Amino acid sequence: MEHMEHIHPFPGGNEPAAIAVQGVSHSYGRHPALKDVNFSVPAGSIAMLLGLNGAGKTTLFSLISRLFGIQKGSISIFNHDIAREPREALRRIGIVFQSRTLDLDLSVKQNLAYHAALHGLSHAQTKQRIEAVLHTVEMETRLKDKVRSLSGGQMRRVEIARALLHEPRLLLLDEPTVGLDIQSRASIVAFIRKLVANQGISVLWATHLIDEVDVRDHGVMLRQGVVTAAGPLQAIMTHAGTLTVEEAFNKLCRKVELQEVLSHEP
Amino acid sequence: MSLDTPQVTTPEPLSRPYGIGPYLTCMKGILIREALRFLHQRERFISSLVRPLVWLFIFAAGFRQVLGVSIVPPYKTYVLYEVYITPGLAGMILLFSGMQSSLSMVYDREMGNMRTLLISPFPRWYLLVSKLLAGVAVSLAQVYVFLGIAWFWGVKPPPFGYIAVLPALLLAGLMLGSLGMLLSSIIKQLENFAGIMNFVIFPMYFASSALYPLWRIQEASPLLYKICQANPFTYAVELIRFAFYGQLHMTSLLVVAGCTIVFLTGAVIAYDPSRGLMSRKPAAGGNS
Repeated sequence: MEHMEHIHPFPGGNEPAAIAVQGVSHSYGRHPALKDVNFSVPAGSIAMLLGLNGAGKTTLFSLISRLFGIQKGSISIFNHDIAREPREALRRIGIVFQSRTLDLDLSVKQNLAYHAALHGLSHAQTKQRIEAVLHTVEMETRLKDKVRSLSGGQMRRVEIARALLHEPRLLLLDEPTVGLDIQSRASIVAFIRKLVANQGISVLWATHLIDEVDVRDHGVMLRQGVVTAAGPLQAIMTHAGTLTVEEAFNKLCRKVELQEVLSHEP
Repeated sequence: MSLDTPQVTTPEPLSRPYGIGPYLTCMKGILIREALRFLHQRERFISSLVRPLVWLFIFAAGFRQVLGVSIVPPYKTYVLYEVYITPGLAGMILLFSGMQSSLSMVYDREMGNMRTLLISPFPRWYLLVSKLLAGVAVSLAQVYVFLGIAWFWGVKPPPFGYIAVLPALLLAGLMLGSLGMLLSSIIKQLENFAGIMNFVIFPMYFASSALYPLWRIQEASPLLYKICQANPFTYAVELIRFAFYGQLHMTSLLVVAGCTIVFLTGAVIAYDPSRGLMSRKPAAGGNS
């Protein structure tokens, strides 16, 4: 498959991009995980980061959240370079990681209060925001319950509430619905979309579950550490000559070797 | 989930990682979390006390007649063996606690909890120092509970010694906690922690002045004596021992302070995203 050009690599208008990733490469020792990654997410939009397991999604999230240092290239959050202005960049980000990061032995309130402290929120702000975000995710009655007693879907809601606690402008979601039942997944997907519509938050959402994608979203197609297409999904589908997102995903994200094997099957 | 009432968009996030107030709030939050985690792990608290108490009640009682201590500073008279090893046992609590903290950091990194700390907008060095102080505060509480029990066993340093020893315990705790933090950045997986037990904790503890005075070791083996002299834990124990009697052992102070700076600097570098080891390892919990 030939490498596709980026479709609308950077947003127009005066508002800075929620994320601008330019020329980012990363490797673990000699093993390259990301190769010259370029894309941007317009403010107030949902961008789906699509790729198979091992495509480099989590590595990219680790670079955006500054868990890893950038080896090559640059990443900016609302015009704040993550390497040069990490504080300004990180205070604008809320993150839900793929693996659960709540402390199971602490209560919902204690987990949220800890996160609020890590963002320097005052006592009054913490109290007010915990009430607000738990109301938003309909978990206010579980305030004093230990996280261990919650279901998988409820834990995810608390993690989303935690990510929203400091009122970030960009939400990073690393496969937040993995391991959840259909009802919980649908609930979380609908919630995130309402959040974007009502609060204007920007979202970068890593997933390989196509049913979570809306054709009106933006998309970043990642295959083996390489961005094969980036821009509005409609434009990506047109460019790839496909009628559905799933077809575009199969064409742009599946491993070449696998496609070749399948094409030779009787 | 509901978002029926449209909320006003906030152009700036609430997060404010600037100024003394937010910095103190951040440190307080980390301290409270460490304390809550400790309170929820009663087994950890009990085992941290049982270990030195077994040494005090059984080992020291058994070896009292075998190991003569003689009169060595800071002691002005002959002391019971239990009295001699108590500073070493206080150091043992700090040593194991420092390594326990290291273990929890490796565990948190594997389970993902560590990420919630590292994505905070506060400077990475500040987050690590706060976590270190929180761990030391918890271990100091353990030491004082141990000293309280030891008092009933007849180990009774001068009353002011309990206050005078606090800065020494704090500094020793910082050194051992920093070492643990540095080791946690090097350990790739939780399973490798057993190696730390065998290659760091036990050699550090036994090749020191915690259990026997250095002159005794020198008589037994000049090589072992040199190893003990090169062991920073020896100086931590001596700093604590002299502080119990209101004295400052300057050499120990300098060595412990110097080692704390070196270990902590190493840990901060190792956890620094632009210079450290973290980005050379694939993220735990992720697929790529």
